[in-house]
Amino acid sequence: MNGKTEAIVRLDGVEKSFGAVHALAGVDLVCRAGECVGLVGHNGAGKSTLMHVLAGTLAPDRGTITVEADNLTGSYSVSLAQQRGIRCVFQELSLCPNLTVAENAHVFHGSLRGWGWRKRSGELIIRKLDEIFPGHGIKAGDNVGDLSIARRQMVEIARAFTVTDIPVKLVILDEPTSSLDAVVAGQLLDFVRRFVAAGGSCILISHLLGEILKASDRIIVMRDGKVVAERPAREFTRDSLVAAMGSVAKALSAEDAAKLASKRHTGEPMARARSGRQGDEKELRAYRGEVVGLAGLGGQGQTEILRSLFFSAQRRNRNASVAAPVALVAGDRQNDGIFPLWSIGRNIGIGSIRRMLKGWLIDPAREDEMAENWRKRIAIRTPDMKNNILSLSGGNQQKALFARALGSDAKIVLMDDPMRGVDIGTKQEVYGIIRAEAESGRTFIWYTTEMDELKNCDHVYVFRNGCIVADLARDELTEEKVLHSSFAEAL
Amino acid sequence: MTAVSPARFLRAILPALSLAILLIAVYHLNPRAISPLGFQLMFNLAIPIALATIAQMCVITVNDLDLSIGAYVGFVVCIAATWLQEIPVLGLLALIGGILVYMLLGALIHLRKLPSIVVTLGMSFVWLGLAILVLPTPGGQSPGWLAALMKYKPPPIPFLGGLVIPFPILAAVVIAAVAHVGLMNTSYGSILRGSGGNPKAIERAGWSLLKTKVTMFGLAGFFGMLAGLALIGLTTSAQANVAERYTLLSIAGVILGGGSFVGGRVSPVGAVIGAMTLTLAASFLAFMRIPPDWQIGAQGAILIIVLALRAIIDRLEKPI
Repeated sequence: MNGKTEAIVRLDGVEKSFGAVHALAGVDLVCRAGECVGLVGHNGAGKSTLMHVLAGTLAPDRGTITVEADNLTGSYSVSLAQQRGIRCVFQELSLCPNLTVAENAHVFHGSLRGWGWRKRSGELIIRKLDEIFPGHGIKAGDNVGDLSIARRQMVEIARAFTVTDIPVKLVILDEPTSSLDAVVAGQLLDFVRRFVAAGGSCILISHLLGEILKASDRIIVMRDGKVVAERPAREFTRDSLVAAMGSVAKALSAEDAAKLASKRHTGEPMARARSGRQGDEKELRAYRGEVVGLAGLGGQGQTEILRSLFFSAQRRNRNASVAAPVALVAGDRQNDGIFPLWSIGRNIGIGSIRRMLKGWLIDPAREDEMAENWRKRIAIRTPDMKNNILSLSGGNQQKALFARALGSDAKIVLMDDPMRGVDIGTKQEVYGIIRAEAESGRTFIWYTTEMDELKNCDHVYVFRNGCIVADLARDELTEEKVLHSSFAEAL
Repeated sequence: MTAVSPARFLRAILPALSLAILLIAVYHLNPRAISPLGFQLMFNLAIPIALATIAQMCVITVNDLDLSIGAYVGFVVCIAATWLQEIPVLGLLALIGGILVYMLLGALIHLRKLPSIVVTLGMSFVWLGLAILVLPTPGGQSPGWLAALMKYKPPPIPFLGGLVIPFPILAAVVIAAVAHVGLMNTSYGSILRGSGGNPKAIERAGWSLLKTKVTMFGLAGFFGMLAGLALIGLTTSAQANVAERYTLLSIAGVILGGGSFVGGRVSPVGAVIGAMTLTLAASFLAFMRIPPDWQIGAQGAILIIVLALRAIIDRLEKPI
């Protein structure tokens, strides 16, 4: 290690698991005064978890946290991080929309009290905004809720750099430019360089590789909860970064490729959709018996296109159309998927209730029959389908949701990253079910953030910024291509 | 964002506008009502309602709802008409106890993550029961000083040509000013409102959400107590369910005054104006000679009209 500059923060062997998912599997990280560290990685690489550990909002399961040579592993918390001058700009905005810009500055700086606190808070935040984003056009008295999302992000960033009683040593910026335009993003990066030159320290997370290459001194690449590469920024290029993020590309065996021959030549598409923001002629098309994957980083418009497909079945839509009934398998199980008070059987049956009617009422015999049938077909592990849905493990709950969609008369099944947090065994079973159902003529449109799942798809569309940026048939699909399209062009 | 958007401006003046329109309508029906004495009579009951509305607003600021405020005001009225009159120390202790219970409820709701609607609905029966225990049959007597305070007539102001400002108006201004300064102008007030707007952000910045909730419920208990005292000063004798309607009136007042149920968006000045509008609506309907059986329904209709106007204004603001 370089002896001249002291480490502000040092993480050693930090591990963190959420259920079966190892978000961090032994991460070492050092951040010194006077440097900007860039952090890149694909979805689920563990970047955000790492940031939450650094900010004190998540406690690691194992490993040590050292701040300026003090071992703070057990006691580390948000307030301790703040006392040590470690600030974090989270991806989700943490401003109060009902307060003014000045009042939000006060939320961060409790010491701004007494007469004239509003004026002093306002001056503090506006001065910092002037410094970082000249010509920002924000006033201290503006209500945050009335500002555009870009201006809100500017306020949030500026607030992280404001100083009252505790000097700022390390600022963690998690996708800070996601809603800023190029000019403003450039202003921010320039400021980061000035801040670092003055002895501060920054950790920058961004999916814009050009930004990372331009602003950082050192770049850390994460994959599967581990650091897989760490080198000075000048030794990286855009291509070598992308290569470091992906796993070694596995060549597809000939028989696999043959099995996955395109089904595109047959007939009309079952579903088609395009994004309103799409500039060119690219559109999403899914044919009978096809499994279509939607790839790219999280939140780049994949869920929106699934929604517009789903609702186009009920109401005509300019940008989306489907030729058969549609079912949706929700990704956010707890909020959009299960009925937590109902039994497993009823949770499955709700999608096909019309077929179970006897007069005006639901026929319990037919309901039980359907539940039992699905238990056998997809092996839901429960002694009794009349048990409450919450008695199942997460993976089995997800299977029940699949059964709901597959049991309905829907010919098109939309999947909104449904396998999040599901163990590998269950995943394999569900992949098998999907393939079998596709063989028998169903169409699947599958948004996934996991590279491995794309290998189960016949055709893949990569999304960025709400648009389709790549259209790959199965035999053209490589991890590298997906990564290249997911990350924006260099600035 | 430099200029105030027209929708925001409309929304801000809507409470005052509805009050002004009602006043003009009342003047049209009965010009003599628009006089110091007329104001005194029409707005007397607005004082306790305004205080109860401020109490409700405190709870709504932190995204909760108090369904027990009416019963609590009734409890205070009964305590004031009996214990406070006979054994002042005991009465005072009971009133302070009421505020402490409110603070405890705030802590309970925060710590156990209970829905405030359920907790306060349950509490409303507790308050009503306590009030009946204290005063089983209507009666009691208001403490003399309270009755005197509520009958206070401000002296004419010499430099305004001897203009007499009616006491209810003066009281409303004072209530609105105190609540506005406390909640909108102080630095901790912004934290209190922020904890309704984005609790996670407030917590991340190192503030205690328990403290904000207890503070707001304590303030609700305090203003509810003032509402009860003001009410007994006006009515001179008490009854357990005298303030039953205050629960819904106070919620209506907050919303009428420009507040929202969630998100910490409240306006103390608006809330007081909302309470006055609701009171005036009752007088207006009396002047219209609408039979008492229909008055509550008609009051509801006025409320729906104003809220519909606000919904339209909100919709103006949305599609940008």
